[in-house]
Amino acid sequence: MTDAAQTAVPIIRGAALRRFGGGVYPILAVLIALIAVWYLAAAWMNSTWTMDQAARAGTSPGFSEILADTMSQDRPKLPAPHQVAAEFYDLVFNKPVTSKRSLVWHAWVTLSATLVGFGIGTVLGIVLALGIVHNRAMDLSVMPWAIASQTIPILAIAPMIIVVLNSIGITGLLPKAVISAYLSFFPVVVGMVSGLRSPDAMQMDLLRTYNASRAEILWKLRFPASVPYLFASLKVGIAAALVGAVVGELPVQQGGLGARLLGGSYYGQTVQMWAALFMAAILAAVLVLIVTRIEAGLLKRMGLRQ
Amino acid sequence: MMQAVAVPEQVKDVAQWPVISTKNLDLQFQTADGPVQALKDVTLDVTPGDFVSFIGPSGCGKTTLLRCIAGLETPTGGMLSVNGMTAEEARKSRAYGYVFQAAGLYPWRNIGRNIKLPLEIMGFDKSEQDRRMRDVLQLVDLQGFEGKYPWQLSGGMQQRASIARALAFDADILLMDEPFGALDEIVRDHLNEQLLNLWSRTKKTICFVTHSIPEAVYLSTRIVVMSPRPGRITEIIESPLPKDRPLEIRDSAAFIEIAHRVREGLRAGHGDV
Repeated sequence: MTDAAQTAVPIIRGAALRRFGGGVYPILAVLIALIAVWYLAAAWMNSTWTMDQAARAGTSPGFSEILADTMSQDRPKLPAPHQVAAEFYDLVFNKPVTSKRSLVWHAWVTLSATLVGFGIGTVLGIVLALGIVHNRAMDLSVMPWAIASQTIPILAIAPMIIVVLNSIGITGLLPKAVISAYLSFFPVVVGMVSGLRSPDAMQMDLLRTYNASRAEILWKLRFPASVPYLFASLKVGIAAALVGAVVGELPVQQGGLGARLLGGSYYGQTVQMWAALFMAAILAAVLVLIVTRIEAGLLKRMGLRQ
Repeated sequence: MMQAVAVPEQVKDVAQWPVISTKNLDLQFQTADGPVQALKDVTLDVTPGDFVSFIGPSGCGKTTLLRCIAGLETPTGGMLSVNGMTAEEARKSRAYGYVFQAAGLYPWRNIGRNIKLPLEIMGFDKSEQDRRMRDVLQLVDLQGFEGKYPWQLSGGMQQRASIARALAFDADILLMDEPFGALDEIVRDHLNEQLLNLWSRTKKTICFVTHSIPEAVYLSTRIVVMSPRPGRITEIIESPLPKDRPLEIRDSAAFIEIAHRVREGLRAGHGDV
């Protein structure tokens, strides 16, 4: 008994270590490589400005002086990682979250528009998919338009949506949410159409032998069968919704990560831009992670995952 | 032994209403390569309590015939009645349970809820659903498995669960389309034995599509031999085997004799190949 326990422990530990190491070390290695490349690029790109300054002042700085300067400029072409990290920390933790200087406040502005847009886009996507699956006319007509809608550059159409909605008195969160929805409905339509059509002929025949109605076929077969497809789409959709919200914030300087990005570029505040960029990336990662978690829980409850 | 042989013949003569009756049934599929005659001139009566097997090479229309009876295909000619109604009406009145080649259980429902699926659609109340689910699980020897998910069951057990699902709403007719075709020989033997047992207990009328001669002979009271191009019935063989059939009966002279007749029938219908 004790023998078995003793031999079992190292095996389990080995497996756990392998799994842990297998996941973390490669990621860590890539991260370190990225940061190294970033530092090199920062030193190289920012050195031009340092040299110009030195030439103007009539001094000739040594290598270490140049290097130190490239790492601590106010408006570097490419801020060094530690500058971005410091700015990020400062804007997130040292500012009251209700302040317009707080990155948390800007992230919240973007997040709220993202979530509303994602909700609208998901509902719209599911409704369109239902129409496509159940109605022959919609089957033939909707998909080409949906595809066409995604070929229009969002940067071109976003300001028009904002202006049009503004002119009928809709301002603030909703125009941004509309742009989010515009981007996020598409993956949901595509995924849901596949999902609703995923039951094979035999499954459909089985329900016909029960003389099941269309509604029963939908609720008991098509919807449950489409859940894995829906979640694959939602992961793409929520990331697209975030991009939509950020793009929607570019033309209107009323807060949000998009406004921070554009504002930063107006005033050459590259450090601020990079901090906002990282906030957007973190936000996207967290949103996708949440969707993944909900998916895992739901599929497990449905018995689809062991 | 010989008395038992005579019984099905007599029962038929007492003018029992045929549960399933086809007369000169034709079915033509329109395909891109032109029309295909899937069924031609199929005439057949199935009486209550019959176990009828349809056997023939692939493409002989045996599954198509079963689908016509189920109202899943519409014949292009001839007559077809199920329980005295058209196949379509019979389907709408849920006159039969259908078992497909694959179990087709919903992976997101446990076994119990899979069996309740037709009961939910047909509007049985909750306690009745529970009662029937337990009853049919008992019939297919799967009691205690209602909480398991399909992936936790073997292929044979899944097919038994799908038979239970077809039995749950207690239709008089059971249509089975190569239900054991995907299973290995040992499991198939076991399920054949169980199916016969179930048939004698429930007194259902069973139509059974197969391409296995021993399976058809072992199970059936009548064997319908079919041939392809166009799909038609070449021979209907009444089985003289007794109703009570242990697996060992397959070594008896009578069994081998019928199997031989079926094989001959299949060969005759396949003469052009």
